[in-house]
Amino acid sequence: METVNIMIVGVGGQGSLLASKMLGHLLLNAGYDVKVSEVHGMSQRGGSVVTYVRFGDKVYSPIIDKGEADYIVSFELLEAARWLEYLKPGGRIVTNTQRLEPMPVIAGLAKYPENLVEKLADKGVQVDATDCLTLAEEAGSSKAVNMVLMGRLSHFFPEIASEAWQASLEATVPAKVLELNRKAFALGEKG
Amino acid sequence: MKELMLGNTAVARGLYEAGCAVISSYPGTPSTEITEEAAKYPELYCEWAPNEKVALEVAHGAAVGGRRAACCMKHVGLNVAADPLFTISYQGVEAGLVLCVADDPGMFSSQNEQDSRHYAIAAKVPMLEPSDSQEALEFTKRAFQLSEEYRTPVIVRLCTRISHSQSIVTWGKRREVPKRPYVKDPERVMMTGNSLKAHYRVEERTRAMTAFSETTDLNRVEMGDTALGIITSSTSYQYVKEVFGNRASVLKLGLSWPMPVEKIKDFAAQVDKLLVIEELEPIIENHCRQIGVEVTGKEKIPMVDELTQGVIAQSLGEAAKPTVRLEDEIPGRPPVMCAGCPHRGVFYTLSKNQCMVYGDIGCYTLGVMPPLNALDLNICMGASCSGLHGFNLAGGAEHEKHSVAVIGDSTFAHSGITGIADIAYNRSNSTVFILDNSITGMTGHQQNPTTGKTLRGEPAGRMDLEMLCRAVGFDRVRVVDPNDLKVLDKTLKEELAAEEPSIIISRRPCVMLKSVKKAPPLTVDLERCNGCGLCMKIGCPALSLREGKAEIDRTQCVGCQVCMQMCHRDALLP
Repeated sequence: METVNIMIVGVGGQGSLLASKMLGHLLLNAGYDVKVSEVHGMSQRGGSVVTYVRFGDKVYSPIIDKGEADYIVSFELLEAARWLEYLKPGGRIVTNTQRLEPMPVIAGLAKYPENLVEKLADKGVQVDATDCLTLAEEAGSSKAVNMVLMGRLSHFFPEIASEAWQASLEATVPAKVLELNRKAFALGEKG
Repeated sequence: MKELMLGNTAVARGLYEAGCAVISSYPGTPSTEITEEAAKYPELYCEWAPNEKVALEVAHGAAVGGRRAACCMKHVGLNVAADPLFTISYQGVEAGLVLCVADDPGMFSSQNEQDSRHYAIAAKVPMLEPSDSQEALEFTKRAFQLSEEYRTPVIVRLCTRISHSQSIVTWGKRREVPKRPYVKDPERVMMTGNSLKAHYRVEERTRAMTAFSETTDLNRVEMGDTALGIITSSTSYQYVKEVFGNRASVLKLGLSWPMPVEKIKDFAAQVDKLLVIEELEPIIENHCRQIGVEVTGKEKIPMVDELTQGVIAQSLGEAAKPTVRLEDEIPGRPPVMCAGCPHRGVFYTLSKNQCMVYGDIGCYTLGVMPPLNALDLNICMGASCSGLHGFNLAGGAEHEKHSVAVIGDSTFAHSGITGIADIAYNRSNSTVFILDNSITGMTGHQQNPTTGKTLRGEPAGRMDLEMLCRAVGFDRVRVVDPNDLKVLDKTLKEELAAEEPSIIISRRPCVMLKSVKKAPPLTVDLERCNGCGLCMKIGCPALSLREGKAEIDRTQCVGCQVCMQMCHRDALLP
């Protein structure tokens, strides 16, 4: 099979590392070759962060380049737009509709673009947009946005059984917040 | 067992399996997790040293003392450790000594993009370069074997994409290595006669290792189409395979110093055209030219920034892949100081007083961002203190009354102490802020000599900053709470006015520490708030102006109350 490329993008501190950890576990157990590339350090301080997840028969490069991503999973709307040029034409964006204003916008030096979901769709991008924050809060914590997004993403991988997603969730999430995260995943799955 | 493993975790596993007993390191992205992961194995003694020079000397001492030892650092850390490295290379080791050094092409979290391979050449120390996590584990173990066989320190060179990528690893068991007896040998004393003998030994060793480099499986040929041959190493190997697959033949160098001669010539003879694809400097390329092998290299492949499969393909003339773009301008999202960060008050006060601020290495580099715009310059660990003294020598009172150095607690313990010793000794009228947030922040909360805890969180000796500064020769040592803007402003003005060296210790623990209690988020009194924007001057990510009123992001605000002190209308309430 061709290597499948998933980019996870968001704002430092939103929990994207846990999402990539869960995906890595899932894809390894599904028998694929997998590579995951993360960024640590400076950019984690509220900056734009990206994680690459690649899987297939044999994966060489740990990173995804412009025009190569099959999926962009985005924790925040502006970040989906920022990394758009990494998406393959016809690729899919699975995004949280939450808006987090970056410092240049807070400081009044730049404007947060409006109607991003519509603009992305106008460009022929398949957009799956969900208010993941509300669903995460419904599940019990705003921190569970990552699991709502994973629930959304699971829709697009019918070849991976629901039980496998559950097993990887259990293996990745700390035991004391397991129930909450299961609920968040289920809410995302249901959409 | 098979597992998806971070490159750094794989190196740690390699250290464990190799029977390494002592690890001394200083944290630095992208190398930090090696030592943190190694510390999860109780069999390994792991410590944070104050800096990389100390760490390497500790590790070398352990190796001379008969135990396998390692030392981990980022690329610029090797500059600090370079002094012992060059002479350790001469003196040699008893038990294995391995340096794990992580470069940062693309500078995700670094101040420069130097290529550590230069150090292998300069110090004549063999270097191994893994290209994924499995090799990170294997090569670490091989490094110990080579170290003992050739009696030399060995560098395992990583880079951000090796250190911070996960790939599938099959791991093995730990092999216990008995302590070697220590036997006194006067030739270990590096003085004239001995050093000369040692240098001859080093040259002999290099010849022996070059011969090894010709035959070792660390340097591997993968034949494909012979129209094009590519010599590569490290993460570049993965990009090459991604772009070319079997459309090219590849010589992958796992032992990147010393490089083979005949192996390269043989490979060159088998292909029509030869290309070198390496990140950063033209090290392999220059070697090829030196041995008379014609190659194409940096005239096509960029010298700056990290490589990717796309960069390589496009450098060689392929078109960029089609993609999608929006017309909208996408505002940047630079990293910011966290809500409640104790550095914020300091930078606001320095900015307000229009100070020249000589910065240092740590989270507080973010003080350069708008709206604080507080930092003027930085160089390397500790440069703020010594650099400020020089700046003041150039400008006299005109500079002294408006300039400060800012340095974090861990950076101070690393390299700031000698700088302030120079200030005190030479009676420089300089003012140094020690930003004591009681942790090494930027690299993700490591303990250091000022925190009173070991790497594993156990009780440890604690450097008393006030006593140390007085002992160094400062009569003026003040301690302030950076969240009290009035006191901070008054203290700064007094110390800038004083005609002698001063230290201001700004003390408050990093708000991201679990042990720090967060206050409830503030609220805005919408009646009182007139949207004047004064509170926005501190650049807190939890604060914004919406429809003419201040708004507080309850998920981010930790109730530090610094913004409250900005408000003239008491519109921000605890």
